[in-house]
Amino acid sequence: MNLAYRDIRHKLGRFLLTCVGLGLLLGVVLAMIGIYRGLVVDALTIARAPGIDIWIVEANTRGPFAEASRVPGDTREAVARIAGVAAAGSITYQTVEAPYRGEKLRLYVIGYEPTRPGGPPEIAAGRSIARNHYEMIADRSAGVSLGDRIQLGRNTFTVVGLTQHQVNSGGDPAVYITLPDAQKLQFDLAPPAARVQTARGAGAAARDTVNAVVARLQPNASAEAVAETVRRWKHLSAITQGEQETILSRSLVDRARRQIGLFTSLLLIVSAVIIALIIYTMTMDKLKQIATLKLIGAPDRTIVGMIVQQALALGFIGFALGATLIVNIKDWFPRRVVLEPDNVLVLGLIVFAVCLAASGLGVRAALKVDPATALGG
Amino acid sequence: MAEPANASPLVRIDRVSKHFGEGETRVDALREVSLDVYPRQVVALLGPSGSGKTTLLNIVGCILDASSGTMDLDGETVLRDGRWQRGDLRRLRLEKIGFIFQFHNLLPFLDATDNVAVVLKLAGVDMSAARKRAAELLDYLEVGHRRTAMPAKLSGGEAQRVAIARALANRPRIILADEPTAALDSKRARIVMDLLRKLAIEQEAAIIAVTHDEKIFDRFDHIFQLRDGRLDEPSAAADDPAEVPSG
Ligand SMILES: Nc1ncnc2c1ncn2[C@@H]1O[C@H](COP(=O)(O)OP(=O)(O)OP(=O)(O)O)[C@@H](O)[C@H]1O
Ligand SMILES: [Mg+2]
Repeated sequence: MNLAYRDIRHKLGRFLLTCVGLGLLLGVVLAMIGIYRGLVVDALTIARAPGIDIWIVEANTRGPFAEASRVPGDTREAVARIAGVAAAGSITYQTVEAPYRGEKLRLYVIGYEPTRPGGPPEIAAGRSIARNHYEMIADRSAGVSLGDRIQLGRNTFTVVGLTQHQVNSGGDPAVYITLPDAQKLQFDLAPPAARVQTARGAGAAARDTVNAVVARLQPNASAEAVAETVRRWKHLSAITQGEQETILSRSLVDRARRQIGLFTSLLLIVSAVIIALIIYTMTMDKLKQIATLKLIGAPDRTIVGMIVQQALALGFIGFALGATLIVNIKDWFPRRVVLEPDNVLVLGLIVFAVCLAASGLGVRAALKVDPATALGG
Repeated sequence: MAEPANASPLVRIDRVSKHFGEGETRVDALREVSLDVYPRQVVALLGPSGSGKTTLLNIVGCILDASSGTMDLDGETVLRDGRWQRGDLRRLRLEKIGFIFQFHNLLPFLDATDNVAVVLKLAGVDMSAARKRAAELLDYLEVGHRRTAMPAKLSGGEAQRVAIARALANRPRIILADEPTAALDSKRARIVMDLLRKLAIEQEAAIIAVTHDEKIFDRFDHIFQLRDGRLDEPSAAADDPAEVPSG
């Protein structure tokens, strides 16, 4: 006869309600952890997308994401000639608002050379860009479909392919267009004064700037050696992929990351306190019964077992409910929620530990109960 | 009624004192109380509020320390000069002592049968045997028809009889009851008292009950009168136990 189980069954409705409440709370904690992980993953997505080894950007900048960077369009040819470089591609980045079905779509437009590094990592539906102009690969999170026509600047682009989970660190969906289209777009959207000057002055040459050149190295080449070579050109600097990822996760989303991290910790503490309170109250409600059990000769281990088993059952069921809930709704969040099994496991262990610690409180109170209190009225 | 000639007392209390607190706040709850209770005896502890009845019952039940004195239970000296002689009082309680409460104190999450079976289980009886004995006890106490009812669904008298069945489950030789009939009407109070008397005789047990209930004074063999923690000379009850049919 398991007393913990019998007691739960006796007050099943109340117990389940408590489990549901705890489940919702733990669901929120899991969601926060997922949002935190999602933020970090999203921040790295765009930098990881081209699958390259080195970033060549404007001198003394940490571009193209953390700082603005502009390099001449012919940089790519020079970089491609460096020993150890297998392939190089020019790339541009800009955030654009495009009208779409009566609303404004905020898009992170990436211009790249379809035959060179810099394009989307994987096409989930449709095809790659095949023509030099007015084709676009968009991310599903933009909510667009294949064949949609979207106006960017003065031109209208057709969505020919879709990607999955390609967003910038702000969560704006990425769209890929060809480099010439992107440069035209940059020019179209530049302030009128600058545009006039560019058009009057250097003409096409000044328009041929890109934000970065990305390079893939040969298998045995040293990224450091290539970076050294690039730095000898005074107007350029080179950032390895590892450095770029550090910049993105440390500086670009650092505040947001710390903000959410802190909030998640607070939420964890709040949950721990609530779990402890629930279990403590559960025990307090039973003090008279515990005194009776002691009086009729139940050993401490029976009483401790009853409290600990109930605490663990509560934690386990609550956690299972919360995890199920979040796994099922995480794709409805406006930004990515990334739940790795190890995050879930760690929270599970924390909940387990909190339940044990909280039942420790209850156990302490229960063991202090004087069996004589069962006798009186 | 006199002590049975060839029996030794089940409960022997020798100059037991108990005080709470020290100095200004000191309360002498019991002062050198001595009394013997024999098998087949049903005795009452009587006295005004605060006279030490519950205190005495708790010491006999091994749930309260005495300040001084000696106590033998079932021939074993369990308390000598105010010190417990056994480490495991819980085991002693489980095997030798049954408690009946003013309020039945049944575990609300177990049905009548399991409320009784749980003490057997604690004593190491396996579940099916425990349930069988519990059912027998409930039949014996004439609440067998309510054996699957939860305590909340039992009437006061039924619940008290289930509680008595629980107190009897391990065949304790000593049964302690603190106001066992206070929550019952006079008819049911008499039924419960007659039951206790029957038990005392059939199971060779000693029953000590605290009571204020004048309606049932005639059901006791002895009435021990407590006043300010001191015991008055024992007086035989009106009813002579020799007249009670035995067995
Ligand atoms: N834990 C305690 N701490 C201090 N004093 C106590 C404690 N328990 C009992 N007392 C005191 O000891 C005395 C005897 O108390 P006891 O409970 O034995 O009385 P009682 O005869 O059972 O009274 P009642 O009929 O009201 O139940 C009282 O003065 C009481 O205040
Ligand atoms: Mg009392």
